[in-house]
Amino acid sequence: MIKKFDKKDEESGSGSNPFQHLEKSAVLQEARIFNETPINPRRCLHILTKIIYLLNQGEHFGTTEATEAFFAMTRLFQSNDQTLRRMCYLTIKEMANISEDVIIVTSSLTKDMTGKEDVYRGPAIRALCRITDTTMLQAIERYMKQAIVDKVPSVSSSALVSSLHMVKMSYDVVKRWVNEAQEAASSDNIMVQYHALGLLYHLRKNDRLAVTKMLNKFTKSGLKSPFAYCMLIRIASKLLDETEGGHDSPLFDFIESCLRNKNEMVVYEAASAIVHMPNCTARELAPAVSVLQLFCSSPKAALRYAAVRTLNKVAMKHPSAVTACNLDLENLITDSNRSIATLAITTLLKTGSESSVDRLMKQISSFVSEISDEFKVVVVQAISALCQKYPRKHSVMMNFLSNMLRDDGGFDYKRAIVDCIISIIEENPESKETGLAHLCEFIEDCEHTVLATKILHLLGKEGPRTPQPSKYIRFIFNRVVLESEAVRAAAVSALAKFGAQNDDLLPSVLVLMQRCMMDSDDEVRDRATFYMNVLQQKQKALNAAYIFNGLSVSIPGLEKSLHQYTLDPSEKPFDMKSVPLATTPITEQKTEIAPIATSKLPEKLAPSRQDIYQEQLAAIPEFQGLGPLFKSSDPVQLTEAETEYVVRCIKHTFARHMVFQFDCTNTLNDQLLQKVLVQMEPSESYEVIHYIPAPSLPYSQPGSCYTLVRLPDDDPTAVSCTFSCTMKYLVRDCDPNTGEPDDDGYDDEYVLEDLEVTVADHIQKVLKPNFGAAWEEVGDENEKEETFALASVRTLDEAVGNIISFLGMQPCERSDKVPENKNSHVLFLAGVFRGGHDVLVRARLALADGVTMQVTVRSSEETVVDVILASVG
Amino acid sequence: MDSTSLEPSLYTVKAVFILDNDGNRLLSKYYDPELYPSMKEQKNFEKNVFNKTHKADNEIAFLEGMTIVYKSSIDLFFYVVGSAQENELMLMSVLNCLFESLSQILRKNVERRCLLDNMEGVFLIVDEIIDGGVILESDPQQVLQKVNYKLMSEPAYGFVLFDYITGNLEGQTDRSQLL
Repeated sequence: MIKKFDKKDEESGSGSNPFQHLEKSAVLQEARIFNETPINPRRCLHILTKIIYLLNQGEHFGTTEATEAFFAMTRLFQSNDQTLRRMCYLTIKEMANISEDVIIVTSSLTKDMTGKEDVYRGPAIRALCRITDTTMLQAIERYMKQAIVDKVPSVSSSALVSSLHMVKMSYDVVKRWVNEAQEAASSDNIMVQYHALGLLYHLRKNDRLAVTKMLNKFTKSGLKSPFAYCMLIRIASKLLDETEGGHDSPLFDFIESCLRNKNEMVVYEAASAIVHMPNCTARELAPAVSVLQLFCSSPKAALRYAAVRTLNKVAMKHPSAVTACNLDLENLITDSNRSIATLAITTLLKTGSESSVDRLMKQISSFVSEISDEFKVVVVQAISALCQKYPRKHSVMMNFLSNMLRDDGGFDYKRAIVDCIISIIEENPESKETGLAHLCEFIEDCEHTVLATKILHLLGKEGPRTPQPSKYIRFIFNRVVLESEAVRAAAVSALAKFGAQNDDLLPSVLVLMQRCMMDSDDEVRDRATFYMNVLQQKQKALNAAYIFNGLSVSIPGLEKSLHQYTLDPSEKPFDMKSVPLATTPITEQKTEIAPIATSKLPEKLAPSRQDIYQEQLAAIPEFQGLGPLFKSSDPVQLTEAETEYVVRCIKHTFARHMVFQFDCTNTLNDQLLQKVLVQMEPSESYEVIHYIPAPSLPYSQPGSCYTLVRLPDDDPTAVSCTFSCTMKYLVRDCDPNTGEPDDDGYDDEYVLEDLEVTVADHIQKVLKPNFGAAWEEVGDENEKEETFALASVRTLDEAVGNIISFLGMQPCERSDKVPENKNSHVLFLAGVFRGGHDVLVRARLALADGVTMQVTVRSSEETVVDVILASVG
Repeated sequence: MDSTSLEPSLYTVKAVFILDNDGNRLLSKYYDPELYPSMKEQKNFEKNVFNKTHKADNEIAFLEGMTIVYKSSIDLFFYVVGSAQENELMLMSVLNCLFESLSQILRKNVERRCLLDNMEGVFLIVDEIIDGGVILESDPQQVLQKVNYKLMSEPAYGFVLFDYITGNLEGQTDRSQLL
């Protein structure tokens, strides 16, 4: 009674929040009235609301107090007040994880779910499924099946959605309800139809045939629910993608037909699906683009946003397809929703002509401060793409970027700008000095250690080769004085590079180094002392090995080797060559045009692919004693796609052996394969030593078998070999549904495609940041030179690509990019040959009626030079 | 390419929340356990979203890798959050349904005070529109029918007092018919 007056008092203070000063303990105290008889529904309702409100605000309830309140709440099931009962369901759902013994309400909920009051039934099902686990699910299975096909839509929908939630937990039970779901899918109610379709797909998504059948059925019969249509479009496009079905498939026709649906949601979903399909031709895109164009002038902001965002995606791959929409996009650049305006402008930057760039950049700079960081990153990415397209515009861009760099912004945004500037510098030598100047200015006041060290590294690399290297010294040394340890250490390394490359700067660098040797941080002092001593020797080779081109080993590998070395002490010094080399990332600083969803995952130092293989192989007893893993190739497919068995091979190279790892997948659900191995017949003097079969290969679970091969010792030049491969195994037929195999099986074999080992498998890529220094370091002791004519090659680009993929070496100094309109080019390649011998290749290419190539090879080992020249020829 | 293709799923809504004009949470539900698992992260996200959206009524925004559709009314802000690849119009239909349903039970007084006085109705409506991230219903009329909620509006307190004086405390179930 008194509470009513309280409520009235609160009322008088208008604008206050009746829930603002709730105390958890007071509310729980109040909850005692749940036990009073008769039940006062109004007051109880209010208290339940308060409890849910508190939970929603993040108030923590201890298990005991939550359980106490929960048990008190169960009494309220005696009341027949509708809203109160509904709030009880909500409380049950909210407390399912914090209270103990929530299953106490199972019988009450089961009663409501099967009772006469339709208003209770749906919500009761959802609450019940929230507190049910796999074992209890069996007990209510009968009711669930009935509920799924119930004629009341809310009951059916609730049952379907709850089943979907439970698929994760008890797939096997829910799977049995597929017939009921099928029946519900033909319901007249649009939501029931949608939910049934969703559940059916989740139950069948691993069975491609069933999904295809389901799609056929629904695309023919048609659906009422726009949501269901969207779902169907997604399923269809996923299936198209997986089966790599051509665009003449009925599925594509279905998606295209949805472009004419009367609901905008469906039309947009279809257009977006088409846009996201790989390998779409301009003609196939056209209808999708034209509906998106219509949406651009919609009064609804969400629709305009959706349209322009999708057009932006199209423009990345097919700028010409979007040109037709340029006028509509122009109208959007002043849109009051800045997200829409930004997307419109970045799209126009991709589709427009060079002349419109200045105008668009001006427009965008007028509101760049208003948009969120995510969109600023989009702008930067657009600029980055633009610079590649119109290199001459780099001064406008550079100016714009440097202004953006001065603005406030988060780390992702700043990193995008810095990356963009760096890529411009690398693409356009003439922009190098302005770019470096902007970056120098940026690190003067940069709170992100990662960016500062990155820029210092770049300065160390590029600065010494500029006409006036001395002006960067001041910026770098400022960092030594002002910044954190990591930045100071990076600055010291950068200084050393200046000293090593510019003789006239060396004395001053040495003076600065001396000051750094008194730094308070160990790492900084160590680096300074080390560089000081190296620089004082004034030897080119030392500089090259220890200042320009750092360690090229894999860091986790080094850690492991050192640990191993300390475990069994020996007189021998630690051999650096026993450490596996780092695999250089394949995508090297290519300006990626990532979708706007910038991943938020923190970048951690994941072990590379090769480190993982090393670990896996080391676990197999037969492969111990092979030494460290030298190189692992990319997977090679040995079967056609869509065959009974899918086999791919990864070639692992060791110092004297090779291990072939065959990843096999069995795609027949009525077979179990056992003792699977791949027999190999070498064409050269390679010797197969050992087979390690995969013990068992059940349906769709990949397994690996291995073959160990010894490389010929007597002939080091025999680097290439062809193996004919046959997979041998024991087949046991089994029941497709249960996977239960028959008792006996029979031997069978399956011929695979031939496997080639080439020179590339013996060479590991190593990036030498300063190729010239490395070239001098190796010296001309084992240098050999030969000239070849590549008659079949038409362009320099093609020749460069061929050489790189053939030798499997790392292009250095960005020499893999051939400048336009040149007739000659020099390609620098670096690598390490099996056994740990550095090898460098310089290929001079000249274009005249085919390509003529002069190859110069240097290595620390003479045979390696011969091997390479022999294989090229 | 992987980030652009969307796994077909009914789990459309990542989160929904209602904030007041100071950015305080009145109601919020997160349906994806991987998205902002802790209360602190949730509130930070809500604060960030509020700061970026409360000034201009733009209907749609893209923040922290998430598509957010929103709507404001007097001193309330309604948000529906989906993944970056989600169909924006689907999210919009959820937002519209939420707003329309609330507007009906609050008799068009979609403002903070009235909403808080009928908080149980708000909880029930959200529960009927979205279940664990799946769109359960998108038609406001259907939602209202399912919730079957009676407004608890200000004039009613006169009757409460009246009930109190006449000792007819339990008679308020029929109160709304008197209105």
